[in-house]
Amino acid sequence: MGKYILKRILVAIPVLIGITIIDYAIMCLAGSPLQMLQGPRVSEAAVEAKKIALGLDQPAYIQYFVWLGQLLHGNLGYSMKSYQSVSSMIGSHIGPTLLLMGVSLIVSLLMAVPAGIYSAIHQYSKGDYAVVTLSFLGSSVPGFFLSLLLIYLFTVRLGWLPSSGMTTLGTQSGAGDVAKHMVMPVLVLSFSMAGSNIRYIRSAMLEILQQDYLRTAKAKGIGRFLVINKHALRNALVPIITVIGMEIPVLFGGAVIIEQIFSWPGLGLMTMSAISNRDYPVIMGVCLLSAVVVLAANLVTDILYALVDPTIQLD
Amino acid sequence: MNSESYMQTVIRRFRRHHLAAVSLLVLFVIVAAALLAPVIAPYDPDELAGPFSGAPSREFWLGTDQIGRDVLSRLLYATRISLLVGVMATVISTVIGVILGLIAGYFGGVADMVIMRFTDMVMSFPYILLVLVAAAIFKPGLWNIILILGFVDWPGIARLVRGNVLNLRETNFVKGNIVAGMPLRHILFSEILPNTVAPILIYATSVLALSILDEAALSFLGQGVQPPTASLGNMLNGAQSLTVLTTQPWLWIPPGLVIITVVMAINFIGDALRDALDPNGC
Repeated sequence: MGKYILKRILVAIPVLIGITIIDYAIMCLAGSPLQMLQGPRVSEAAVEAKKIALGLDQPAYIQYFVWLGQLLHGNLGYSMKSYQSVSSMIGSHIGPTLLLMGVSLIVSLLMAVPAGIYSAIHQYSKGDYAVVTLSFLGSSVPGFFLSLLLIYLFTVRLGWLPSSGMTTLGTQSGAGDVAKHMVMPVLVLSFSMAGSNIRYIRSAMLEILQQDYLRTAKAKGIGRFLVINKHALRNALVPIITVIGMEIPVLFGGAVIIEQIFSWPGLGLMTMSAISNRDYPVIMGVCLLSAVVVLAANLVTDILYALVDPTIQLD
Repeated sequence: MNSESYMQTVIRRFRRHHLAAVSLLVLFVIVAAALLAPVIAPYDPDELAGPFSGAPSREFWLGTDQIGRDVLSRLLYATRISLLVGVMATVISTVIGVILGLIAGYFGGVADMVIMRFTDMVMSFPYILLVLVAAAIFKPGLWNIILILGFVDWPGIARLVRGNVLNLRETNFVKGNIVAGMPLRHILFSEILPNTVAPILIYATSVLALSILDEAALSFLGQGVQPPTASLGNMLNGAQSLTVLTTQPWLWIPPGLVIITVVMAINFIGDALRDALDPNGC
């Protein structure tokens, strides 16, 4: 087991290095920070001096290593707009995003796991068809369109829920207020994710239900309830772990669009405004962070597999 | 006993999925309407034709937009553009994925390792974020969006093809070809590729659905297809303003419904294909 984990980590290291190279290459492709300086008021000599000060006269691979060295010290560079350090900007925006992503992940699992298992147990029943059709709807509705519909219904027509921000301006914000602001973004994110997850859990569960050990359990006559809840559910942990692993990158992507629509003050909103300002250090900092998180999530998923499923091949 | 040809089996199994059969019909109608847009659109999609923000009427079935263009005509042309983006992006990513997957799976060794690690790296970046960054660097526009979506979405297909090729390489008919000294091109493209077409086709339907959704999301955010060219996503862009959202639902509900219908039809068809093309099915 220890050997397997070590091997997975060793495979992840070149991928991690590759991610930093891609990230750096995209940032270089996007344009040099000197372009911001250029203008009628700035002399050639000043630009040249800045170039040397920033180390831009060095060959690209040396610049990369300098950047990587800074990175290891937690320095992601500085925003071209606000001159704040990217790491402090990320630090101040990550809380709301983690809150939104975490709650959405839990809600989507609460939707997908029972629905998927129900569907598999009652395969080809009316309920199964309803669940599967609904899950197709979930993966076919664009998140932003669903958001617009919800805003139209709950904010404009009914006036029940606020449609933007995280707290009501000018009030003493409590947890209830934040929860109210979260309802719609969480619904949209988790509904979209639940769509594909329901079908995944359903087919994984169908496969489990056909296994010999379940036939044995049924043959022992321990009853349908015990068969499903004791034997089948424990084995359904593997697909559930897979689903969580798959959701992490989707969540990061979805958060960008959903935060923009609901003005949720997190990383996604910060990234969208950086994209419209062409503020590349910020954009690439977020990209790098999310890629590393996704990589780590995949690694954890693989290790959890090995822990949960003793039959998995460890070589 | 079994005199049914492979195609007949596939068609018989596909028809068991009623929703997919209906989807095929719906998709056919939508594609036909999109292709025939220049013939059937009542007005020029980019020309002012009536009152500003007019409600649906007998003259303008879906009303007019903020600057007086006919929404129905724009919707027809937008569907055309969105389908074009989806199909082209899918073709590009499938071709890239198939080529890389074939190389990695068949040759193995260093080529396999390099390609698969690169695939891992690309897959680590959240897809939408990568597309948004690329759109920011390469200036949004129709062909750039097609290229960006196509160049970002290949890793899934590459992994799938590689896995299939690894299995096929161990089969006797491929080994027989190798022993017989058949040229590499023949083995790869005439023996291995035809045997992995079914899973590629199934996967491509989901890529198509995702590409259409992504184009819509990008254009909605203003980073995709640029006005005045209409796309399903940028027609929804106007709904970010509260006036449009509250008082002019004819501007944003129709394009949204078209996206849902198209994507859902494609997903149902993909699901039925998975069942129909399954070699172990009955």
